[in-house]
Amino acid sequence: MSLFSVRKITIGLGVVPGTAGHMALALATRTETTVPVESSAPPNSSRDLLTEILAPTHWTDCYQCGKCTAGCPVAAGVDMAPNQVVRALQLGNFEKAMTSDAIWACVSCQTCSTRCPQSVDCAGIMDALREVSLQRGLASPEQKTVVAFQQAFLNNIRRNGRLDEIELIAEFKLRALPSERSLRFLFKDAGLAPQLQKRQKLHLRGEKVKDRALVRRIFERCGDGKHA
Amino acid sequence: MSRIGVFICWCGENIARTVDVAEVASAAAKIPGVRCSVHYKYMCSDPGQAMIREKIESEKLDAVVVASCSPHMHLKTFRKTAERAGLNPFLVEMANIREQCSWVHHDRSQATAKAEQIIRMSVEKVRQDHALQPIRVPVTRRALVIGGGVAGIQAALDIADAGYEVVMVEREPSIGGKMAGLSETFPTLDCSQCILTPRMVEVGQHPRIKLYSYSEVEAVDGFVGNFTAKIRQKARYVDITKCTGCGECWNVCPLKRNPSEFDFKMGMRPSIYVPFPQAVPARPVIDSKTCAKLIRNGCGLCEKKCQAGAINFKDTDKVVEEKIGAVVVATGYQLYDIGKKQNGKLAGYGEYGYGKYKDVIDSLQFERLVSASGPTNGVIKRPSDGKEPKNVVFISCVGSRDNAKGLSYCSKICCMYTAKHTMLYKHKVHDGQAHVFYMDIRSGGKGYEEFVRRAIEQDGAKYYRGRVSKITEQNGKLLVRGADTLAGTPVTIDADLVVLAAAMRPSAGVTDLARMLNVGYDEHGFLLESHPKLRPVETNAAGVFICGACHSPKDIPEAVAQASAAAAKTQILFAAEELTREPEIAQINEQTCAACYACYRTCPYHAIEQAEVRTPRGVFVKKTARVNPGLCMGCGTCVAVCPSKSAELEGFTEQEIYSMVESLA
Amino acid sequence: MRLAYYPGCALHGSSNDYEQSLRACLGKLEVEPQEIREWICCGATAAHALNHKLSIALPARNLALAEQQGFEDLLAPCPMCSMQLLKAAKLMDEDASLRREISSVIEGEVSGRVQVLNLIQVFQRIGLDRIKPAVKNPLADLKPACYYGCLLTRPPDVVKFDDAEQPSSLEAIMAVLGAKPVDWNYRTECCGAGMTMAKEETVLELSQRILADAQQHGANCLVTACPMCHVNLDMKQGDIERHSGDRFGLPVYYLTDLVGLALGISPEELGIDRHFVKKV
Repeated sequence: MSLFSVRKITIGLGVVPGTAGHMALALATRTETTVPVESSAPPNSSRDLLTEILAPTHWTDCYQCGKCTAGCPVAAGVDMAPNQVVRALQLGNFEKAMTSDAIWACVSCQTCSTRCPQSVDCAGIMDALREVSLQRGLASPEQKTVVAFQQAFLNNIRRNGRLDEIELIAEFKLRALPSERSLRFLFKDAGLAPQLQKRQKLHLRGEKVKDRALVRRIFERCGDGKHA
Repeated sequence: MSRIGVFICWCGENIARTVDVAEVASAAAKIPGVRCSVHYKYMCSDPGQAMIREKIESEKLDAVVVASCSPHMHLKTFRKTAERAGLNPFLVEMANIREQCSWVHHDRSQATAKAEQIIRMSVEKVRQDHALQPIRVPVTRRALVIGGGVAGIQAALDIADAGYEVVMVEREPSIGGKMAGLSETFPTLDCSQCILTPRMVEVGQHPRIKLYSYSEVEAVDGFVGNFTAKIRQKARYVDITKCTGCGECWNVCPLKRNPSEFDFKMGMRPSIYVPFPQAVPARPVIDSKTCAKLIRNGCGLCEKKCQAGAINFKDTDKVVEEKIGAVVVATGYQLYDIGKKQNGKLAGYGEYGYGKYKDVIDSLQFERLVSASGPTNGVIKRPSDGKEPKNVVFISCVGSRDNAKGLSYCSKICCMYTAKHTMLYKHKVHDGQAHVFYMDIRSGGKGYEEFVRRAIEQDGAKYYRGRVSKITEQNGKLLVRGADTLAGTPVTIDADLVVLAAAMRPSAGVTDLARMLNVGYDEHGFLLESHPKLRPVETNAAGVFICGACHSPKDIPEAVAQASAAAAKTQILFAAEELTREPEIAQINEQTCAACYACYRTCPYHAIEQAEVRTPRGVFVKKTARVNPGLCMGCGTCVAVCPSKSAELEGFTEQEIYSMVESLA
Repeated sequence: MRLAYYPGCALHGSSNDYEQSLRACLGKLEVEPQEIREWICCGATAAHALNHKLSIALPARNLALAEQQGFEDLLAPCPMCSMQLLKAAKLMDEDASLRREISSVIEGEVSGRVQVLNLIQVFQRIGLDRIKPAVKNPLADLKPACYYGCLLTRPPDVVKFDDAEQPSSLEAIMAVLGAKPVDWNYRTECCGAGMTMAKEETVLELSQRILADAQQHGANCLVTACPMCHVNLDMKQGDIERHSGDRFGLPVYYLTDLVGLALGISPEELGIDRHFVKKV
C-alpha cells in the first residue's frame, strides 16, 4: 500500500467534494535532481523519442503558473500534479514523469490545454508520456489495470476494425487479473450483462469490418505491434 | 570636395579586432581627393575629436568621413566637432564599419576589404554633399495637454508654472483620471483624493491653464512649434459659467439609478450629475442617453429648480481651435474587459464568471468599494447581498502575462495594489482573511518590497503561488479553484468576494488620437517613445511628448516623473527663440513637378502641400507640390514615388547614391 | 440535407439507444443520415493515449471514406469521435507532409472537403426557428441540467464550437422545446470518460459531483449529447448512489430524446425506456 502525499488543500467554510480516501498526510519523497547538461548527457532513446513527440505541445514555454493543476479534476489524489509533471520534464527528469501514476489517472478532459495561458498542450504531454512510457517499459506498476484496458481496446480494434464489447471486457479482465489478483475483479461487472440484455444493449457478437487486413496494415504502419 | 579627411576609429577592440584599421587607413589615403587618412583608438573621445579639429584646420579639409560606429551613436558628436572647427556640419559623413562590418563578420581579410569599400562609398558621397543650414521655424509657446489624470495634471502645472500657457483637454466631465477614484495609494497609504484634489484645484484655478473638460481633440494639424488643434466641447446642457454648483438639479432628478461610470458600475448616479464631489470643474453634466427631457421631452425638473438659469436643453457640441506649439499626450489607461468576448485573441475569461456573478469584481471596482467617498461609503460589502465578506480572494495577472487568451505583458502595478487591497480590507474587516493567488511578486520600487512583506507579515494576507482555473457560485459563496505550485497541489477556497486584478490597457480611442498626431503605437495600443532607454517621453513626431500609462503600465510616481520630464522637454522647445530642424529634408523641383500629387498622398507626415507657382505679380503659372520644411522628416517616400524625379532628398540625392554604388564596381 | 453518418463504436454497441433516438428524432425532421460504409473505430482514448500516429490515421480513414462515398457533411454524434475527426482534419490541413504520410498509411485521400458536425450543429443547421413551430409537446415540466461534457467544446482551437467556458447551444435548444434549463456549475466538467471499467473510482467520484450539482441547482433531469457521459451518469447512477450515499434519481436524456419528445414522438420509439434511471 503506497503512501500518497497531501494532494489538496481546502480552505473556507464551504463543503468541497472530497476525493475518495486519498487524503493521507505523508512524507513526500524527496530526490535531488541533477540537471543534465547537453554536451555531457549520454544518448538516451527514450528522451529523444519523447522530445520528438512532445515538440508540438510547446512544453518548454510552460512558466509553471499552475492553472492546469488548478483545473484538473483528478489532480487531488495523484502522486504528481500536472504542473509538476511538466516541471520534471523541464528539469530533464523524463523518467520521473514517465514512471508517474499521474499520467494514467489523467482523463484527457482537455481542461488544462484549454486554459493554459502559454498555449501548452498539457493533455498532449500526458499522451506523449503514456505512449513512450509503454514503449520503453517504464509505465508505473501501480497502473497495470488502466494500461491493460487501453491495450485490450487497441488489440480489439486491430482485430475487428470496430469494438467488440464482450471481447474487450474479456481480454481486459484477463490481462489485468495478475495485477488485480482478485476474483471479485473478474466477475464484478458480470451483473451488468442481464441489465444490458434486458435493454437490448448487449451484443454477443460485435460488428466486424470486412477489410480487416487493411485495419491491420494501418496498425502496422503506425508501429503498433500486437500488445503482448 | 577635394580635400577630404578620413578618420578611422578602432572603437577599442570592437572594430580593430576584426578590421585591420591600419590597412584600411592606407587604402583610403589612395582614394582621389582624400587629403589625409588617419586611425585612432577612440575617435569619439576628446583627444579623438581634437584630432579631427586639428586636421580640419591644418589640412584645410573641406569634408570629413569618420569611419566608426553607426550614425545613430555619434553623428551629432562629429558634426558638432566639425562645426567647432569651422566646417559646415553637413559635410561630415559616417561610414559604419562597426554594426555593418566588424560586428557581423568573422573573417579578418574579408571584413577589412568590406570596410575599405564602405569608406570608399562614403568618400564618394561626401564629395557630392553641399553645405546645408538648419531650418528655422517660429514657435507658439503654448502647450496642449491631452488627458487630465495625474500625469496630465503634473505636466500642465509644470509647464504653466514655468510661465507658459497650457490648454488641457479632458474627455470626462471632470479631471482627476483614475487616481481620483482610488482609495489609498501604495506604498504610503495616502488617501488618493486628498493628495490629488489640491492639484486638481490648482489646475482649475491656474491663470495660465485653459481647461476644456468634457471635450475631445478632433484634429491636430501643423508641425512642431506650429500646431492647430480642433477641440470638440461636448454638450453638457449646463452652462458652467452660470452654474453655481448648488446641487438642486441633481437632488431633484427623478432618474437616480443610472450605473455610475466613476464608480465602475458599483454605484448609481442621476441623469444630471457631477461624477464625484471634488470634481473640477464642480459643475454637472446631463447624460443625453438617459435624460427624459432630451429623449422624449418629458420631466425638465432640473431646469425648473435651477435658480441660476444654467440648464440649457438646447445645448450643442462646439468645436474650437487652439494654436499651440507642443502636445503632451497623457491619456492614461483602462482595465481589460475580462467579462466580454472580444475580437481576435482577447476572449475574456468565461471561467471566472465576471459579469455573471455579482461578487466577482475587478480591482478598480474594489477601490470604489473601499473608498470613503464610494458607493458604500467605504464599507466593504458584497454586491450581491450587502453582507460583510469574511474571506476575500484576490487574483493577480487576470489578462496579463497570458499569450493564449490575453495580453502578453505584465501590468506592473497589480502586485503592489493587490498587497494594498489586502491591507485595506484587513484594516476594515478585522476578522477577515485575504487570500492572494499570484505567479510572481513584482515590487521593485522604493519601499515596495517592505510594503508587500507588511501585508503578509503584519496584516496576515495569505499568498498562494499559482493561477486560478475556475470560479463557480455555490450556496451563495464563490468556489475558487486555484493551485499552489510550491506545495504542488490544487487549492480551493470558498470566498465571499473575489477581486480580479485585470490587465492595464491604454484608454479607448488612443490609436485614433495617435494617428492624428503621427505618433506610433505598438500592437497593444501603447504609444511609442523615440528610444526606450534614452528618450522615454519623446515620440517620433517632433513636438509631441507622452507620459503616464498611455506609454506603458506604470504607477503614480512613475507617471508623475514622466509628466515632469515631458514638461521639461516642452520647455526646451519653448526656450529657443526659434526652432531649428535638420535640413536633410525633401526638396521638390517646381519646374519639373507635374502636380500629380503622388507625394502628397503618400507622405506619412502630411508634409507636402498642394501649392501654386505664381509670377511676382501673382499671376498663376502652374500647380506644384511643395515640401513644408517644418514637417518633413526626410523619409524619402516622395522621392521614391515621384514619376518625374522632381523630388530629391537633401544630402541623399540620386547622383550621390549612384556614385556610392558605382564606387564599388 | 445530405448527411453522412458516423456512428462510432458506442452507438452500435451498448449505447445503441442513442442511435435509436437519433434516427427517430432526425427522421421526424426529415433528415436521414446515411451510414458511411466500412467505417472503422476512431481510436477513442486508447489510440491517442498509446499511439499518436494511430490517433490520426484511424479517424483519417473515416474522412477518406466519407469523401470517397461522395459526402460533404458528416454527423458524428459521439463527441470523442467528432473531436478526433476534427483533430485529424486540422493536423492534415496544416501539414502537407503529414497529410501525404497519413494518406499512404490509410490507403485513401483526405482533401479536407468533408465537414464534421456534432449533433447540436446538425440541429442548428436544420434551424431552431424551423424546429420551434414543429414542437407539439412543450417540455414544460422539465428542468434539465444541460451537460456538455469535455469534448463538444474542447479543445477550442480544434472543435471551434460554442464557448468552452460558458456554452449556451444546448440551452438554446431547450428554450425552443419549452423546457426550463437550470443554471449550474458542472456543464463542462468531466464525468470520468473511459475510466468506467479501467478505474471505476474516477467515474464514481467525478460523475457524483455532476449529479450532485445538478440536483443542488434544482434540475430534475440531465440532457447530454455524449454516449460515454450518458453511460457514466445513467448506467452508473446506481453505483454512484451506493458509493456516495446520495439519492439522485435523475433521468439522463440524450438531446435527441428531448427534441423527439417535444416533436411528439413516443418515449418507446425514442428508446427512452432503455435507459437505466427512469423518470418518476
